[in-house]
Amino acid sequence: MPVVAFTPNLTRHLDCPEMVVPAGTVAEALETVFAQNPRLRSYIVDEQGRLHQHVAVFVGGELVRDRLHLMDRVQDHQDVFVMQALSGG
Amino acid sequence: MSDRLYVGTRKGLFLYQRSGRGEWKIEKTAFVGDPVTYLLPDERDGTIYAALNLGHFGVKLHRSFDSGETFHEVTAPAYPKAEEGAKEDAPAVKLLWCLEAGGADRPGVLWAGTIPGGLFRSDDRGESWRLNDPLWNEPERTRWFGGGYDHPGIHSVIVDPGDSRRLLLGVSCGGVWITEDDGSSWRVSTKGMYAEYMPPESREDPSIQDPHRMVMCPSAADVLWVQHHNGVFRSSDGGKSWQSISSKPSSFGFAAAIHPRDPKTSWLVPLVKDERRVPVDGKVVVARTQDGGESFEVLREGLPQEHAYDVVYRHGMDVDKSGDRLAMGSTTGSLWVSEDQGDSFRTLSTQLPPVYSVRFA
Repeated sequence: MPVVAFTPNLTRHLDCPEMVVPAGTVAEALETVFAQNPRLRSYIVDEQGRLHQHVAVFVGGELVRDRLHLMDRVQDHQDVFVMQALSGG
Repeated sequence: MSDRLYVGTRKGLFLYQRSGRGEWKIEKTAFVGDPVTYLLPDERDGTIYAALNLGHFGVKLHRSFDSGETFHEVTAPAYPKAEEGAKEDAPAVKLLWCLEAGGADRPGVLWAGTIPGGLFRSDDRGESWRLNDPLWNEPERTRWFGGGYDHPGIHSVIVDPGDSRRLLLGVSCGGVWITEDDGSSWRVSTKGMYAEYMPPESREDPSIQDPHRMVMCPSAADVLWVQHHNGVFRSSDGGKSWQSISSKPSSFGFAAAIHPRDPKTSWLVPLVKDERRVPVDGKVVVARTQDGGESFEVLREGLPQEHAYDVVYRHGMDVDKSGDRLAMGSTTGSLWVSEDQGDSFRTLSTQLPPVYSVRFA
């Protein structure tokens, strides 16, 4: 099953251990994580549910394309990695 | 007099404490590495609020109940969630630009101004927030536009000390907005303001006025000062009308401060002009009037007078409750304090990160 992992840079602000989630969409994967870790939500997406401008999400090593609805698919054998973009610091 | 000074910068919060010998030293740091965009020491209960804009991870709000010793994250203002079909263009808070206490008679009430230009209210010391819909739904608001940022924003929120239901807002670019009924209805109030740089037919258009900073005299609430993109304006009738003031050595700038008890005394930090935002002749000075803007003194003792390109942002200057102590921090990381109303300044640092906000507590 997919594992959602977060950049260590986030741990400076809050705990965000990696988590195993069911396959589905990026939105579903993140919702599963946010349900366990509600404070994390505002660090990854804005109040409209869009990825923050300087947050990058990779699925199976590929950058996700749908930053608005997060509908990129996460297959059972793929992992999700959430990191800060190299811009925005 | 205030012996404590909070300094919010591009790379953290620095808490200065004045010793009995009159030395100002950094006593504590917080959020090192993170942009601290605004600070509110709430004198009603001693809480310190710090607004952050994390480069990657969004806008955050923290508060401290122990004078900055420890901070804890609370909810930051956020726009209501849009319908699914309207998600792409729906607003999201990009910057928590100002935060003010909601009046001595309303403990726990806070007002926040953001980019894009929303006004938010909390009744529980930042635990939860709600958007002020009457202002957001005001048709004229859609004519606001960004000044220096991509979106317009509310940078000055003033709560009338005599009536907490009366608020005044400074908006870049959107003019001065006033409510008398606790935010239920709003009117724009810029009579007398003008913008020479706009097309002639728009020069006095209320919603294109660009106040950079607005301050009120706490003991004479009818007196307000605005450092505007076009120059300096003063009101002596609670913001109903504005008179143009000529400052020295120029009338452009961002910051403004007013004496808490003497409405005729005010301070500005002039820059050349809008297309050249540096101190005149490379000399950092403060312009002070003690006669309501009839005349200005140019104060420079203790400030750099050679090849200095410091800009003091709109929230980068503060005056303490005594009216004697003045602090200002600059984009190039300088921090100065005066203990004699600006007659002379002392340099506390020349190597801080760019300073966004200074507040005495």
